[in-house]
Order: sequence, then structure tokens, then C-alpha cells
Amino acid sequence: MDLLNQVKFLIRKEIMLEWRSKYALNGILLYVVSTVFVCYLAFRDITSPPTWNALFWIIMLFASVNAITKSFIQESKGRQLYYYTITSPQAIIISKIIYNIFLMLLLSVIALGFYTLVFKNLLGDPLFYFFAVLLGSISFASVFTMISGIASKANNAGGLMAILSFPVIIPLLVVLIKLSKNAMDGLDRSESYDEIGVLIAINIIVITTSLLLFPYLWKD
Amino acid sequence: MNKNWWKILATVLVLYSIIAGFLFHVPAKPILNETIRNIHFHVPMWFAMIVILTVSFIYSIRYLNSANENDDLMAVESANVGIIFGILGLVTGAVWAKYTWGEAWSNDPKQNSAAIALLVYLAYLVLRNSLEEEQKRGRISAVYNIFAFPIMVVLLFILPRMTDSLHPGNGGNPGFNTKDMAPELRPVFYPAVLGWILISVWITTIRYRIRKLENRQNLIN
Repeated sequence: MDLLNQVKFLIRKEIMLEWRSKYALNGILLYVVSTVFVCYLAFRDITSPPTWNALFWIIMLFASVNAITKSFIQESKGRQLYYYTITSPQAIIISKIIYNIFLMLLLSVIALGFYTLVFKNLLGDPLFYFFAVLLGSISFASVFTMISGIASKANNAGGLMAILSFPVIIPLLVVLIKLSKNAMDGLDRSESYDEIGVLIAINIIVITTSLLLFPYLWKD
Repeated sequence: MNKNWWKILATVLVLYSIIAGFLFHVPAKPILNETIRNIHFHVPMWFAMIVILTVSFIYSIRYLNSANENDDLMAVESANVGIIFGILGLVTGAVWAKYTWGEAWSNDPKQNSAAIALLVYLAYLVLRNSLEEEQKRGRISAVYNIFAFPIMVVLLFILPRMTDSLHPGNGGNPGFNTKDMAPELRPVFYPAVLGWILISVWITTIRYRIRKLENRQNLIN
């Protein structure tokens, strides 16, 4: 089987597993919605755009860490050994990243929808803000997938996940907050090309290093 | 003697930069005044940190290819020394900032980036502690080290240049390069940078040898 087929097959397997149990998906969706609601009850209403923007990204950060942590931990040792014998490590990591991107896109759409519903909508350029959120969820997925692979090898994976991923995600988060703030203020879209360029560059770096390093992480 | 000349050179250069840094004539600039002498201490810390963390990165790559325990030891010890130099750089910078910018922590993008870079390497150490088995520990922490390094480069060299900064060379401040530095400072500054880089390598090799001896002792017992 070539790489592309393997990836397709593994993604289908991930989606099917998720669909069969549904508890993880529903759990994480409920997590986002209730976090937004807790924030709403704590803040009541937010009038300053920077706070609105920052709070949204903090909610996204915690939700995505929670959503992606399980992507390697949930696989049992025996099942991992089975994959090891039938597929290449590149196929595994690519399929995990793509699956997590789907998951994060779904998550971010729901989070943004609910967030703008309960808090007053302050967006100047909603379409461009939505684009920033989609770019952000792709970046989160690509970084956290590899980190969750690293954390899953250690004891206390859940706690380690936050420690390992936060410093690595901060550069992305800084750029994302700036980009989405530009969109929020309704600045001309050409103002933000620099940020988009940096985000795409970081994503390419992260995905290539993941592809190169995952085979070493994989063999046990 | 043949092998140790660079250690003597390091000692001489650092001693020279301390004496000359405090005694030589410096240009009197507004705001900076005499605090400009700190450039001989603050900036070399960062040079040393970048060099020694690059060493750590290279040894992590070597460890993945060789699975030789010594490469892993070198990677972790250079990360340790890099963290020490990073902390020293932050402290000297904070003292300097207190006198020139008014506050020790001025929300400057470079200050923030440097603090985050330190968090990455502290996380690397925590990751090591949480793994018991040696081979596995070496491999997984090497993977994290290699994964985090390019992001740290983005953090330290690209992001601060995109926003306004109080540091020279960013956001319209006079650049920190060979053209802008006052000529009186150069004869002290360059030797200081080289001297501190050599000192950091020296400390790393000593730490590495201590760890190797400890390992051998553990084997015998």
C-alpha cells in the first residue's frame, strides 16, 4: 500500500472510531460550550475589543489542548504495535495531523459561533476573523499533535502536555492574536499579509520536523 | 598546553573585558550614559546562550542517529548551561532596563521572547525527569529538543522584528550592528563575546565530564 492510501485508510479509521464512541467528541464540544458560558457568567459583557479577542483565544487554547491530548493516549499499546507492523510512521503522523485539523476546525466553528452569540459581536471584518480562526485551528492541530505524541510516551501525560505545549504555542498565539485583532478592528486585509506569511511558515516548519522526528518517537 | 590554549584565552578575554569594560572611555549618550558598559556583559550572555543551545540541538540530532549515551549527556548538559546563561542574560538585562527604560520588566517583545525560550528548555528538563528508562528518555527528550529549536529561533529572531521594541535594531531604534556601534566600544565588546562563548563551552565540557564519571561510578557500584 502506498502512503496516500495508508493515510486515507487511517483517517477513515479515526473518524469511524470517533463516530462509534462519540463520547470524546461530545465531551470536547460540551467543554467548549460550558467554558464559554462560564466566561460569560464571569464577565457578563465585554466592551473592549482586546479583551474580547484575548478571551476567545484563551478558550480556544485550553479546548484544543484538551481535544488533542487524547489523540495518542487513547491508543492501547497492543494497537500501536499492530499499526507498527502494517503501516509507515509517516502515514500515522500525517493521518493524525489531518484528523486533528478536521476536529479543530469543527471545534473552532462551534466555539466562535457560541462565543459571538453570548458575547456582543464586536467584529469589524467577520469573514477575515473567521479566516484567522481557521488558520489558528490548523496551527494548533499541527503543533499539538506532535507534542501529544511526545507526552504520551511519558508518565503523567496530561500534566506534561500543558508544560510542553504552552511555550511552543506562544509564538503562534502571539501572531494569531495580532492577526485576529487586525481583522477585529476592520483594518485593510493587506495589512495582515506579514502575519499570515509567518503563520504559514511556522506551520510548514512544524509539519516537516514532525515528519522527520516521528519515526524516532514511534519505535519502542 | 596544546589542548588547553582556548581555556587560557577564554579566561584572559573575560578578565580583560571586565577590567576594560569598567575602566575604558565610553561615549556619553543621553539616557544610556555610563550604563552602556553593561553591553559588555548583557549581550555576550545571549551570544553564549544561542551558541550553547545550538550545540545542544546538534548533539540531540547526533543522539538520534547514534543512540550513544554520551551524545545525550552532552545535549542535556549544554541545555543546562544554556539555561544558566539565559537567566544571567535576563537578570543583566532587567538591571539595565531599570535604569534606562524605567522598569525592570518593560513588556518588551525581546524580553518576553527570551523568557518563553527559557520556559521551553525548562520544559525539556521536566520531560527528562518524567521518563525513567535511559534509552527512551534520551530519544524522546531529543525529539522534543529538535522540535522546539526551530520555534525558538522564530521566537528570538523573527517575532521581535515584527513589532516595536525598546531594544536597539527594532521598530525604528538605531540598529545593533557593526555600523551603529560606537567605535570605542568594539575593542572590548568583541573579545567579551568570544570570551563568554568560550567560557560557556568550557563549563559545558566540565559538566559533561563530571556526569560521565558519575555514570561510571554508578556502574562500578
